[in-house]
Amino acid sequence: MTASLLQIENLRVSFHGDDGRSTQAVDGVDLALAPGRTLGLVGESGSGKSVTWLAVMGLLPQRTAQVSGRVSFDGFELLALPDRELRDLRGDRMAMIFQEPMTSLNPSYTIGEQIIETLVRHRGMSHAQARARAVDLLRRVHMPEPDKRLDEYPHKLSGGMRQRALIAIALACGPKLLIADEPTTALDVTIQAQILDLLRELKATGNAIVLITHDLGVVAEVCDEVAVMYAGEIVERAPVDRLFDGPEHPYTVGLLASIPRVDRSGGRLATIEGVLPDMAAPPHGCRFAARCPFADERCRAAPPPMVAVGDGHWSRCVKAPLKRLVS
Amino acid sequence: MSAALIEAQDLVRHFVVRRSLFGKPTATVKAVDGVSFSLAAGETLAVVGESGSGKSTLGRLVLRLIEPTQGSVRFEGREVFSFGDRELREFRRRAQLVFQDPYGSLNPRMTVGDILTEPLLLHDVVPPRRRRERLYELLEMVGLDPRFARRYPHEFSGGQRQRIAIARALAAEPRLIVCDEPVSALDVSIRSQVLNLLRELQQRLGLAYIFISHDLSVVRYVADRVAVMYLGRIVETAATPELFASPRHPYSRALLSAIPVPAPRARRDRQILPGDVPSPINPPSGCHLHQRCPHVVSRCKIERPALVAEADGHATACHRWCELPPAGAAVPASGRSPELERLVAAFSRVGDGGAASGVGRLDVDAPGEAARPN
Repeated sequence: MTASLLQIENLRVSFHGDDGRSTQAVDGVDLALAPGRTLGLVGESGSGKSVTWLAVMGLLPQRTAQVSGRVSFDGFELLALPDRELRDLRGDRMAMIFQEPMTSLNPSYTIGEQIIETLVRHRGMSHAQARARAVDLLRRVHMPEPDKRLDEYPHKLSGGMRQRALIAIALACGPKLLIADEPTTALDVTIQAQILDLLRELKATGNAIVLITHDLGVVAEVCDEVAVMYAGEIVERAPVDRLFDGPEHPYTVGLLASIPRVDRSGGRLATIEGVLPDMAAPPHGCRFAARCPFADERCRAAPPPMVAVGDGHWSRCVKAPLKRLVS
Repeated sequence: MSAALIEAQDLVRHFVVRRSLFGKPTATVKAVDGVSFSLAAGETLAVVGESGSGKSTLGRLVLRLIEPTQGSVRFEGREVFSFGDRELREFRRRAQLVFQDPYGSLNPRMTVGDILTEPLLLHDVVPPRRRRERLYELLEMVGLDPRFARRYPHEFSGGQRQRIAIARALAAEPRLIVCDEPVSALDVSIRSQVLNLLRELQQRLGLAYIFISHDLSVVRYVADRVAVMYLGRIVETAATPELFASPRHPYSRALLSAIPVPAPRARRDRQILPGDVPSPINPPSGCHLHQRCPHVVSRCKIERPALVAEADGHATACHRWCELPPAGAAVPASGRSPELERLVAAFSRVGDGGAASGVGRLDVDAPGEAARPN
């Protein structure tokens, strides 16, 4: 067992609405990530994948969100850390990039100023030092004409260049952990290919990356390990090859089956019937049971535990290994 | 000459983006710059391209939602742009549109029943006493419970709303539906439900679709033919299997090789184009791709390549496509392991259960909470 950079144990997040209802968005998530590894976190809208990482970074509103569990990162207990120390870590040892590069950049500052700000805040560099370093960073993310772009405002840049700028800001202090939430979803497919290439490059230089996405294709391109989330729980965890070759949770099978194949057309696409359960009152047994073609009484009776089904391969399904269902 | 349902000839649409003090245009975008295609009844033409390629403008031109700068569109043999009021009204009935955003395209203050009855009234499709019956038929057709008729759009999830939008398009009994990114806002599992629905409706009603999309794996599933657009022009068009197996234009190759494929070990020749799509205000001379193309020669910078069709209908707008190296595997062969194939088959077989029509009937009691929040 390699030493983890990040260890999440039994993370729970619930939101309390003004109407007195509370919604369990994340329910008992366990994850670990070693230095230099890339973890893909996959799920559909409302699965809790983004909320998990906002909780880890301490970015959820304290008034409405209740977070419990344990998050250790690089020797720190994140959930117990005072706000001020957490702010020192964010942007320094861990950084996050978001889906929409236009709204995450400040439109009234130049790209350069936004990178320099980070370096001055966390590294105490002089303005001149920081500026030189900013050019290096833009060069590292393959921004065309970096010295010129440094003095431009975000609206002057294309979507792909904005995402590069955002990654440059995130990389400014050499974070050990980079959390990327749907970093390519708003981009065109040829630009997406460029950014995925950049992520692979960062991975090769030793950054640990968490890639949050709904797109299993993107996961297959860059990740080492995958965790699949459904209705606030992790339902399957596996090394990337194992997940795509022999998934062990019916929800993962359904997701893979729903993707149209690029190597042939025709036939009916598989679908996952039904909708996500109501998270204010989740079902008692397996949360996927209502939509699962293999479900029976046992699935609905009690919440299924996470069981090991192979080396580093875990599934929250009482029917696993699924091989038994098809032979 | 085959009986084309719709035929576009040399369509051009310019938008003025800047004017001088005296109103003289100083900058124009050639959003659509000389596009021709034809489509037969019951067929699907996919128009693919990235932001700024002009694919949505093309869809709006075809429906005469905007007027062209030049060119023609013929629908059932008649020129759409010379239609008078009455003919235009009839054309509006026969050619419908489904939008990307199922949240913005339904009036929140109308019930689903009102939304679907409006086109029946407007075009006098069925006699008044049959309207209610027709409304229920429409809901059934898209896999929704007839009891939904009294509800409002906000009570539905994204996938259900898109079904309502499709039912509204079907109400007028169209022959052509332009689908502008109809599944882009939907989650994977919901997306496949809507794609299956579109396909079944086509087979049942003989509809023609113009399917505008940036998502090539979806296009592979729905389209008979594909037209690839880049900065206002079609750069390649071919039958779908042909285009995916042997793309000729360097842009099509790059586009296909950039599709993320859910197969971590798939071997493929990836071609990443450098740089961004240039501004359509002042596009590069000659071939629009020449600044990003790995095969560029001096001729490409000067002369606009014509879209030349082979006998099999595969047309390419590239000076050099004949001499380019073979495409290699831009799209990898099936990355699915035998084990996964068996699991997928079992999942779909058991999952279909009794739903003979194949359209997943949605239960009236299902909570509509699967809507995409962002």
